[in-house]
Amino acid sequence: MVWNILHNTFGMTDDMIMDRVFRAFDKDNDSYVSVKEWIEGLSIFLRGTLDEKIKYCFDVYDLNGDGYISQEEMFHMLKNSLIRQPTEEDPDEGIKDLVEITLKKMAVRDENLLLEAFGTCLPDAKSILAFEQHAFQDTLEC
Amino acid sequence: MGIALTRAAQWTTASSGTGKLEITPVNESLLKEILEFVEQFSSRHPQEAKHVFKEPLQWTTSLEASDFKTEYDISGPSVKSQETDKDGRPMLQLTPPSISVHSFSQLSKIVQLAEDKRLNEVRACLEANRDPVAKMLGPSLATVEGEDSSVLRLLGKVKEGDQAKEAEIKVNLIILLQQLDTQLLSNSLKQISQEVRLSPAAVKNDVELLKNFCSEGEKRVLKSVQYTSDYEFTNGCRTPPWRQVHGEICYLVIQPCDTEPLHITCSTAGVFLNGGIRQEGEENAYDRTSDVYKDLVTLLKSKSPHFAENINKQDFAVQKEPPTQKIQHVELVDAEEQGQPQRSYEHQEKNVHEKARQQLVQNKPGGKKKLEPSLKWKNLGLASPYEEADDKKSKKNAASEKFAETQEKMQKKADFSVSLPGRQSSNKTKDDDFSESSSESEEDEEQPERRTESNTDLPSEYWQIQKLVKYLKGGNQTATVIALCSMRDFNLAQETCQLAIRDVGGLEVLINLLDTEEIKCKIGSLKILKEISRNTQIRRAIADLGGLQTMVKILDSPDKDLKCLAAETIANVAKFRRARRTVRQHGGIKRLVELLDCVPDSAALTEEQEKDVEVARCGALALWSCSKSTRNKEAIRKAGGIPLLARLLKSPHDNMLIPVVGTLQECASERSYRIAIQTEGMIEDLVKNLNCDNHELQMHCASAIFKCAEDKRTRDLVRQCEGLQPLVTLLSQADNKQLLAATTGAIWKCSISMENVAKFQDYKALETLVGLLTDQPEEVLVNVVGALGEGAQKPANRATIRKCGGIQPLVNLLTGTNQALLVNVTKAVGACATEPENMAIIDRLDGVRLLWSLLKNPNPDVQASAAWAICPCIENAKDSGEMVRSFVGGLELIVNLLKSTNKEVLASVCAAIAKIAKDEENLAVITDHGVVPMLAKLTNTTDDKLRHHLAEAIARCCMWGSNRVLFGEAGAVAPLVRYLKSKDSSVHQATAQALFQLSKNPNNCITMHDNGVVKLLLGMMGSTDEVLQEAAAGSVANIRRLALANEKARFPTTVPESEAV
Repeated sequence: MVWNILHNTFGMTDDMIMDRVFRAFDKDNDSYVSVKEWIEGLSIFLRGTLDEKIKYCFDVYDLNGDGYISQEEMFHMLKNSLIRQPTEEDPDEGIKDLVEITLKKMAVRDENLLLEAFGTCLPDAKSILAFEQHAFQDTLEC
Repeated sequence: MGIALTRAAQWTTASSGTGKLEITPVNESLLKEILEFVEQFSSRHPQEAKHVFKEPLQWTTSLEASDFKTEYDISGPSVKSQETDKDGRPMLQLTPPSISVHSFSQLSKIVQLAEDKRLNEVRACLEANRDPVAKMLGPSLATVEGEDSSVLRLLGKVKEGDQAKEAEIKVNLIILLQQLDTQLLSNSLKQISQEVRLSPAAVKNDVELLKNFCSEGEKRVLKSVQYTSDYEFTNGCRTPPWRQVHGEICYLVIQPCDTEPLHITCSTAGVFLNGGIRQEGEENAYDRTSDVYKDLVTLLKSKSPHFAENINKQDFAVQKEPPTQKIQHVELVDAEEQGQPQRSYEHQEKNVHEKARQQLVQNKPGGKKKLEPSLKWKNLGLASPYEEADDKKSKKNAASEKFAETQEKMQKKADFSVSLPGRQSSNKTKDDDFSESSSESEEDEEQPERRTESNTDLPSEYWQIQKLVKYLKGGNQTATVIALCSMRDFNLAQETCQLAIRDVGGLEVLINLLDTEEIKCKIGSLKILKEISRNTQIRRAIADLGGLQTMVKILDSPDKDLKCLAAETIANVAKFRRARRTVRQHGGIKRLVELLDCVPDSAALTEEQEKDVEVARCGALALWSCSKSTRNKEAIRKAGGIPLLARLLKSPHDNMLIPVVGTLQECASERSYRIAIQTEGMIEDLVKNLNCDNHELQMHCASAIFKCAEDKRTRDLVRQCEGLQPLVTLLSQADNKQLLAATTGAIWKCSISMENVAKFQDYKALETLVGLLTDQPEEVLVNVVGALGEGAQKPANRATIRKCGGIQPLVNLLTGTNQALLVNVTKAVGACATEPENMAIIDRLDGVRLLWSLLKNPNPDVQASAAWAICPCIENAKDSGEMVRSFVGGLELIVNLLKSTNKEVLASVCAAIAKIAKDEENLAVITDHGVVPMLAKLTNTTDDKLRHHLAEAIARCCMWGSNRVLFGEAGAVAPLVRYLKSKDSSVHQATAQALFQLSKNPNNCITMHDNGVVKLLLGMMGSTDEVLQEAAAGSVANIRRLALANEKARFPTTVPESEAV
């Protein structure tokens, strides 16, 4: 169910990120998202403050959950972000470069744009609106 | 990795047995790469790692049984892995000292086990297995140069399905290895390209230079420098051809003062010691026995302490030749090499000179005759903090670097000048040499610096930006956002960056991003576009690429940040007409006006409301830019922008008010806006903001008042809102010319109302204005003089102007060329001339002649204004008749102006002629110039002003000779009669006077009578204006007298007396 909502309503297509988003929701790591977890997660997901979102994004990007986002993790997440051009000598060079740029930018926290630096894991305004409308309308009708 | 190993890796040249990998930087980095690859292989590609090699990799290892831990069976010195292949063979087998490994997973483990010995292990492994790929995957896939179809064959196998899984893994492995290979190759290529490449010319230069150092007795640094061969090939090499293929250029034997002779090989890769080549033929003598240095001097410095100590002293203290040669050499090398390192080398070299020189200078005043080399070289040998600081500096942005450098240079120059006297007292001849060479190198220094700046700055940013644009093009949303953020780190205010983005096709991408659905990409892109659109070329490019249309569309977006950015960018781009038109034609004005709708001034705003205010501010900014086109002004009004602007005008924030007032003052050129500003009560707000402390805002407010105060009600409103005093106060801001121009403009226009002039009098505005008559830009002068002209309509002010010494600067301004200024100056001079005391000064300064010559100005406004000014001059000057006659051709000139088609010119000239004709002699002259028929021709006009002055002129001109008759014959009488029907009383007066004069001629009386003048004149006689009464009565009397005379002639004595009255 969670999977479907994430995928269809919020348009998340990247499987790896989806998996991580699921785990970020699943606070007690029991591989199930309980109602409580779901509501709490959605709260951040839809209307979280910047700090909450930062924390959430960090959880998503920290692939192995060790409390750090390592360079390898960054690389892994950005792996598919560039179209590989057949002419390039080193297809990974661009990715490495991107990792470096992000590392540099992360040192100074001033860029809202870079909140989702390694892949979309938050819904955009339109789908938030759509979801909320949908959800609250349903409640009203019930 | 095969190709990289055979090509890039530097194997020892010994042909027999197994090759060895030399210890060179290239090899080291190769090994490290491979090591890294192997290390991460099993975690990244677990499946491929398990693939069993066709043949095991075997080498002599330094690992021992004790190094192995779990997962291994250890029996004595030998070790076997618990992991086995299908047939039960262990994947790793160690029987010291040899080891054999069957899979990548085991290789990874070994690397991990070997810890600090791992680099050695990799080296040993590669040395023992020259083509590891062949062993891993079988000889069919051995590294073959040229086209290789083996992989294709393997792929075929994958398709066949037979052993599919196995083959697939194999293909994966091949691909991975080949990736590593290309990576290795490209890395080592980079390194190689960075390495020094010497050329025969450079070497020769060096050798010549060094030979110079051998000659001198006491100070010599080297004993001798010799080539081993005297024969030079045409390519500049002195080595035998079979050594030239190795890149060797020549062999040298150099005898330093303090060590054994050095046998040196100069090759394209650098300079190194060899095994002692004396003659050709001894093969092993060619081998390298030292590190590779980048040039001879560096090698010698490291080999001979004596040389190192003395060489730089030679450089600049003893000989003049070497330093220039040295620089030449540096440049030569520079030309052949590419990339950063060489430049930093050059930089360092330069610093060495400088540092040393500074040291020298510092030492001199101390009275020491000789330098203390040891001290100097202590500083030089180490990388001194000075140099380090310099390096750091060079990393900063160009502007600050330049600044810092110039400062540094200035400081240095100062050092020199301070130390000069001290130096002269010491060694004279040597000092001359020194100062000469120092000034020389100073110049040399400046030039390359400038050159390197233009060379290095442009490319480095250019390439980085190009790379980022590539990511923008080929990246998904995430990569795009990262690239956009990174691009914003560049100094986008700098033109090089702006143009670089355009030149690498970044603008297209940025604008295309605006068409996507991704809000973050749009925001990032707009943030960049906003910055770079400050550049005019970029603006045009954005407009050409259709960026405006997209940005206008974005204004509809629900995202407020996005709206703000789009509006701000539009504000920047719409600085030229075509762009403004585009915005309008795509409905941008209406959308921008909609942005203005917000609650601007309530005390407690919610976050959302604050955002709305920000959106409105950006909208106002864009409208401000757009409002420079007339059509847009109209569009803003039609879209209902005026009330919204009026509401925003109540905002307490300067950054909101500036664009709002800016827009208003821009639009105030339209009448509809002026009325709206007046009726919507905006004057009050404008006046209020005159009191703020932001000059820009004050300027726009003053400018808006300037434009609006053409209207009388507005002028009154400004006074009623107490706006006049702040305007006068602003006159003290004489440094801000724009502000001053706007303020003086507002004062000028407000002065049109006499009530305001009185107020200004109270505030002593005129005194200040007179002070602004000199040394001001024309736009200020125009307004100042305009204000003085209006002020001088009051007699008291005329005296004030005189007392403050304003007459002379005003008259001086009559010689200017600015038309607007001339119009105002003539007006002001004319106003001042109404006071006899002022006139005396004007006359003394020859002001009337200047005014008269302005009648020749092609601009009718100037002509008219000058003619008007001439009137009071003639009236008030002493001996004005004589004065006017003294202007050669002046009277003809003014009469000819009656041919003008401009009503104002005609009116003013008529007025002037009326004044001139007071003098009989002058009247005679202008009559000769044909003034009568010309005036008569003008009589048909309906313009009351012209009628007034024309009638006046006719009245005056009747005083000479037969002019009355001539006017009558020219048909001037009948139209004049009609003037009496005009509503303008001043016309009546002048006309009555003219008719009175004309009526002295019987024929004119008849004409008048025929045109029904009597009835009209009878009405005029009832006027309260005595002059009019008198003239009208006089005319009637003349007509009646004629009638009586007629009667008498016909019926003598019969006519009753009463009829005559």
